[in-house]
Amino acid sequence: MKLNRFWMIGLSTLAGAGDAVATTSNGYNLPAGVTALSREIYGIHMFVFWICVGIAVVVFGAMIYSILRFRHSQGAVADTTMIHSTKVEVVWTVIPVLILVVMAVPAAETILKMEDMRNSELSIRVTGYQWKWQYQYMDAAEGVNYFSTLSRDSNYARQLHSGIDPRSVPNYLLSVDKPLVVPSGTKVRLLLTSQDVIHAWWVPDLGVKRSAVPGFISELWFNVDPGKEGTYRGQCVALCGRDHGFMPIVVEVKTPDDFKTWVEAQKAETKQASAADAAPIKTARALD
Amino acid sequence: MANAHATSPDEHHDEHHDGPAPGIGRWLFATNHKDIGTMYLVFSLIMFFVGGAMAMVIRAELFQPGLQLVDPQFFNQMTTNHALTMIFGAVMPAFVGLANWMIPLQIGAPDMALPRMNNFSFWLLPFAFTLLLGTLFVPGGAAAGGWTMYPPLALQAGDSFPMLIFAVHLMGASSIMGAINVIVTILNMRTPGMSLLQMPIFCWTWLITAYLLIAVMPVLAGAVTMLLTDHFFKTSFFNAAGGGDPLMFEHIFWFFGHPEVYIMILPAFGIVSEILPTFSRKPLFGATSMIYATASIGFLSFIVWGHHMFADGMPMAAQLFFMMSTMLIAVPTGVKVFNWTATMWRGSLSFEPPMLFALGFLFMFTIGGFSGVMLAIVPADFQYNQTYFVVAHFHYVLVPGAVFAIMGAVYYWLPKWTGNMYSMGLAKTHFWLSTIFVNVLFFPQHFLGLAGMPRRIPDYAVQFSDWNMVSSLGGFGFGLTQILFAIVVIQCVRGGKKATAKVWEGARPVGLEWSIPSPAPYHSFSTPPQLEPAAIPRS
Repeated sequence: MKLNRFWMIGLSTLAGAGDAVATTSNGYNLPAGVTALSREIYGIHMFVFWICVGIAVVVFGAMIYSILRFRHSQGAVADTTMIHSTKVEVVWTVIPVLILVVMAVPAAETILKMEDMRNSELSIRVTGYQWKWQYQYMDAAEGVNYFSTLSRDSNYARQLHSGIDPRSVPNYLLSVDKPLVVPSGTKVRLLLTSQDVIHAWWVPDLGVKRSAVPGFISELWFNVDPGKEGTYRGQCVALCGRDHGFMPIVVEVKTPDDFKTWVEAQKAETKQASAADAAPIKTARALD
Repeated sequence: MANAHATSPDEHHDEHHDGPAPGIGRWLFATNHKDIGTMYLVFSLIMFFVGGAMAMVIRAELFQPGLQLVDPQFFNQMTTNHALTMIFGAVMPAFVGLANWMIPLQIGAPDMALPRMNNFSFWLLPFAFTLLLGTLFVPGGAAAGGWTMYPPLALQAGDSFPMLIFAVHLMGASSIMGAINVIVTILNMRTPGMSLLQMPIFCWTWLITAYLLIAVMPVLAGAVTMLLTDHFFKTSFFNAAGGGDPLMFEHIFWFFGHPEVYIMILPAFGIVSEILPTFSRKPLFGATSMIYATASIGFLSFIVWGHHMFADGMPMAAQLFFMMSTMLIAVPTGVKVFNWTATMWRGSLSFEPPMLFALGFLFMFTIGGFSGVMLAIVPADFQYNQTYFVVAHFHYVLVPGAVFAIMGAVYYWLPKWTGNMYSMGLAKTHFWLSTIFVNVLFFPQHFLGLAGMPRRIPDYAVQFSDWNMVSSLGGFGFGLTQILFAIVVIQCVRGGKKATAKVWEGARPVGLEWSIPSPAPYHSFSTPPQLEPAAIPRS
């Protein structure tokens, strides 16, 4: 999308986004993110934003001019005959329609891409619980399966009257015990569902958000650019009860090779654990 | 009265109806549109402060990261009940109160068409809110699943659940009866010679609003009734395990919810369309196209509900349809904003408090409109949805939008109601402090949302600290400033410089309400007034 590229390049510099650290938002704007789609979304966002600014300058300009220029206290006399003009009314109906079309076309193109779930290379089933996430890998990583919950230090600090300064906790409320691990340069598809209430999975830097609805499966996909390996953070964004604010999402993006190594390690660990489970003497459930 | 007619057989009858009944009976058995309007407005003001107090709890907890004041569950109760109280307790009753007071005065009718139903529809509200606010004191606490009541979360509630449902039913019944009254009054009781297109814009916007209310309040009632049976009678409307679908609730809810948004803004459009021409000393520009624009917005409001659910999973065709239909709303809304601007153009403007609030509405509602267009864009909405960007958006259209319009209306018509002028200085101070604080409160929330802060969370990551602190300070300032509003109103009711019939001498108030004395007599337009052909010019 040529238009988007243009805006993206021009405006991402202007907004100061684009540094590839963990949290890529600059604190007051969307992150451009680390996937082709997230940058496209950012481009559309800035494009629409600047159109709105342009309209605001014209409309607010006319209002402010009227307020300054046509003041009763300055002896302005009202032109009471100016009550209607078909011509200008047609103009200011048609021009907004055209502007909307200009905005809708790139948006529609991006929707088509976002909804194209074909040819994914890795699928992961994501299940929401009150208040944690479960990640079950499929395809090549079949068998890797674990829960991801708020990290312990954040959990201590977030208790009412804990007396712990959140600023002293690294990535307060945005860190988990076991992050979701995905390979870069791979089309990763998430299949979302829930075991209790509606949750929603969002990582701004990946440009994806989707609800996890109990009894139904919804999909989303992302493909992190090679070279953008790192840790990306998000949160549950559908009110899901008392601890809605405390079920973060952390995604660790590794190179495909590192990912393979990680999968092997996970599988070995799982094998070990199930072997231990099978041993009769160890069947007493360890409470974590 | 009537000393010259001492022998008239009607005299006793006349006297009986001359003034209000004594004591509490005047209010309990009220059938007078002015009394009922006053009760609605007082009720709304009380609820505004109750809902505002909840907002103060929310902003106090969010003042800094970490949990300092309340449990997360109580925080969720506050966000849920803040929304329910403000929507159903403050904004909607305020508009119904204004309709009660002003529609008969504007169309030259002696009262609302159905005065006893009018009484009933008001008196349902105190019971509804006793139930709703009473949930704060029952085991398990108040509803905490959000004002949208999405299942299955909404079903995870204690004793508050049936109370909430019944409260919503009562509010709905009250709104429907109020709406029926408005429609019957407007269609049947206009003074002879007043055609529909000649009718004041405030009545027009209320007529359309009333149809929206009748169309969607039963839908809400149906939705919450299904929740009730899912909870108590083991039905599975919204339970996937029984063949239901939680998303179906969202569809039904927002089929009500989106028109509801316009129910809270169309009468505000009407108010601004009354105030701007008066203090611009110039007729409303494009009055007829204003009416058509309002009707278009009313129609479109029924086919855009899906934009609340883009991220909940929706077929691509539905995403495209709801994006386009939502963007289309910008067209008639734009026409209204342009017409208001053209009304001021080549006018002669003065800046009394009602005008200040109308101008504040014009600027800040438009900001809310811009973020609305941004939210309509589906790919971008995936990033905005359920964040503080949305919170900023709807508070811009509801607070400096709907609430400013209501306050502007009160400042515009208060001298007509009480017969006294209020303190212009205090009212202007109220305006300027409100405007400054409302922007300090809500503008940073755009940044918070874009930077990634979800809504409805009691605690947040530390990178959101600065803007949250700014927003909270704005919130406390805005909350305190509203005490000024109560002071101005109470002072004005108690006394002050006498207002003339026209009230706004030197400006250009148009309409029948300015032809009767101030305060408006207890019974007005007992005989239909003569309509001056030039009274309400139309293009």
